[in-house]
Amino acid sequence: MNVTVEIEHRATDPQRHDWVCRSCHTHSDLAAMRELLYVCPQCGYHARIGARERIRQLTDPGSFTELWSGVKTLDPLGFVDLQTYPERVLEAQGKTGLAEAIVTGTATIADTACVLAVMDFGFMGGSMGSVVGEKLWRSAELAAGEHLPLVAVCSSGGARMQEGILSLMQMAKTSCAVDLITDAGVQFIALLVDPCTGGVVASFATLADICIAEPGAQLYFSGPRVIQQTTREALPAGFGSAERNLELGHLDAVVPRADLRDKLGAYLRLLKGGEGPERGETRGPAGRGTGRLAEAALDRAQAVAAYARRALVRGDRESPDEAQDAPA
Amino acid sequence: MHLSEEIERVQTKLKTLRHEAHRHDTWVTVEIARHKERPRTRDYIAHLIDGFEELKGDRLRADDPAIVGGLGWFRGRAVLVVGHQKGRTLDEQTLHNFGMARPEGYRKAQRLFALAERHRLPVLTFVDTPGAYPGVAAEEGGQARAIADTMLRMARLSVPVVATIIGEGGSGGALALAVADRVLMQENATYSVISPEGCAAILWRDADYAAQAAESLRPTASQLYDLGVIETVVREPRGGAQKDPEAAAEAVGAAITDALDELQQLDPEVRRRQRRERFRRLGAWADPEEGLPGAPFSPSRM
Repeated sequence: MNVTVEIEHRATDPQRHDWVCRSCHTHSDLAAMRELLYVCPQCGYHARIGARERIRQLTDPGSFTELWSGVKTLDPLGFVDLQTYPERVLEAQGKTGLAEAIVTGTATIADTACVLAVMDFGFMGGSMGSVVGEKLWRSAELAAGEHLPLVAVCSSGGARMQEGILSLMQMAKTSCAVDLITDAGVQFIALLVDPCTGGVVASFATLADICIAEPGAQLYFSGPRVIQQTTREALPAGFGSAERNLELGHLDAVVPRADLRDKLGAYLRLLKGGEGPERGETRGPAGRGTGRLAEAALDRAQAVAAYARRALVRGDRESPDEAQDAPA
Repeated sequence: MHLSEEIERVQTKLKTLRHEAHRHDTWVTVEIARHKERPRTRDYIAHLIDGFEELKGDRLRADDPAIVGGLGWFRGRAVLVVGHQKGRTLDEQTLHNFGMARPEGYRKAQRLFALAERHRLPVLTFVDTPGAYPGVAAEEGGQARAIADTMLRMARLSVPVVATIIGEGGSGGALALAVADRVLMQENATYSVISPEGCAAILWRDADYAAQAAESLRPTASQLYDLGVIETVVREPRGGAQKDPEAAAEAVGAAITDALDELQQLDPEVRRRQRRERFRRLGAWADPEEGLPGAPFSPSRM
């Protein structure tokens, strides 16, 4: 909770133009690492990345439209620990260039339109406060109303303690958001990335239709420290790792970063049902970003984003003709 | 005389004084909420529920005594009751694991909720736990998903759901039984995202600042009422529920009756939608793009 960890590539000395792997300490060229999606070429370690970089990696180029970026953090309790809460928020904003610990919008992933919500661990440990809960709610509401799938990238240290009980309530709020999309019958996929813990794994993240993780991600409700302090139990090897969670039956798959976009695309197409590829044909990602399918998906994603903007300003919940008429 | 000793003595004194200064009502409430004589879920069942039939087990692998549940008559109405059970004597506390549930406990709650849904019985829950059990087996047995699923299933119930916080409302382990249409809370109970000790250890890097952390977390019933998190503060006998358990139970019973009377007039679908809306409104945020205020209140300091 609230553990502020430098995102690896941000922590790297810009003067030296290189990147040091946290796991095997191998030096790599920073520009090359961008191409490698910040996965160490030596040991395969998946470095933590911010929300913007995640969006670049997962979505089809140029397809992301951000929504609700203006939703602002308040300080409902007037919380002061060693610092005031507003000070901590300002510091996190300066460090990450983000307004809050989540970025939301619409996009296409492997030519399928979706609502996308991406958490950023660099912003106050990805802790879930009221703004994170509200933006997740709006994402779910838009997905339900427009029959678009919801894809959530989850990374969090847990609750935003500075918002006290209201932070805890976001667990219930985001679970109720899952209720909303369950009623609408839209697809919901959660990608759990390092680390994903506390209130986020104990609410919406593990309620998805399909729940996958990146290799090596740490995933747990109570962390090793809390367990040892409370129970003094010895931890089994690999405790909390994505791989162990897969073995224990808590995940559908562990997917390397380079395969994520195609894998998400495959899930989205399968969950949508209907007509598939010809027998014997595996509809690959070929032609991504071009062709009629891609154009239609992009039009749809952008129309829904434009509708969401207007609906917000006018307080209008009726779906406009443009969004309805756009190809699904 | 050693100067370092003197400095240490003064520093210790300063720390103590600082603690005293912050030892206001909040910490007193924390202590009453944890009082070992405080009535537990089973005491409320004994006072309020006639013909209680306990139902055990999660139908998968175990029965978790940290959560008790069953059927009974509440003032003439057949209801399903589920609650955390802490126990009072050391033996009881050990048996009930101090009210800290494992995944089996949450899955027991889920299957009991399904029973209530199937037979259209209102659900009453009692919340009294330091938190979900943080053990290796609990973690690896799917604690996170068990809590999440319990919340989602409560959200989806078409029957009335009334939760009462009767002691410690500790974090996600407590909330798992409190996704309700109405949340009632006893005057000296607490409900918080993290224990004061845990919060102090993380934010102050010193668990000794628990009283100060408690003050900051605002976990008391009157504070939560102001934040819109609970609907009703249930009065307790002077000095706390343990002074007169019967009177405390009567007050809880009266509040539950009022809530149920109101809820049973609603159409099940409307009730469910309102429950979802109730939680949707919780939080504090501002949205300059939106015409209407985004938060139910606006104590903005930013």
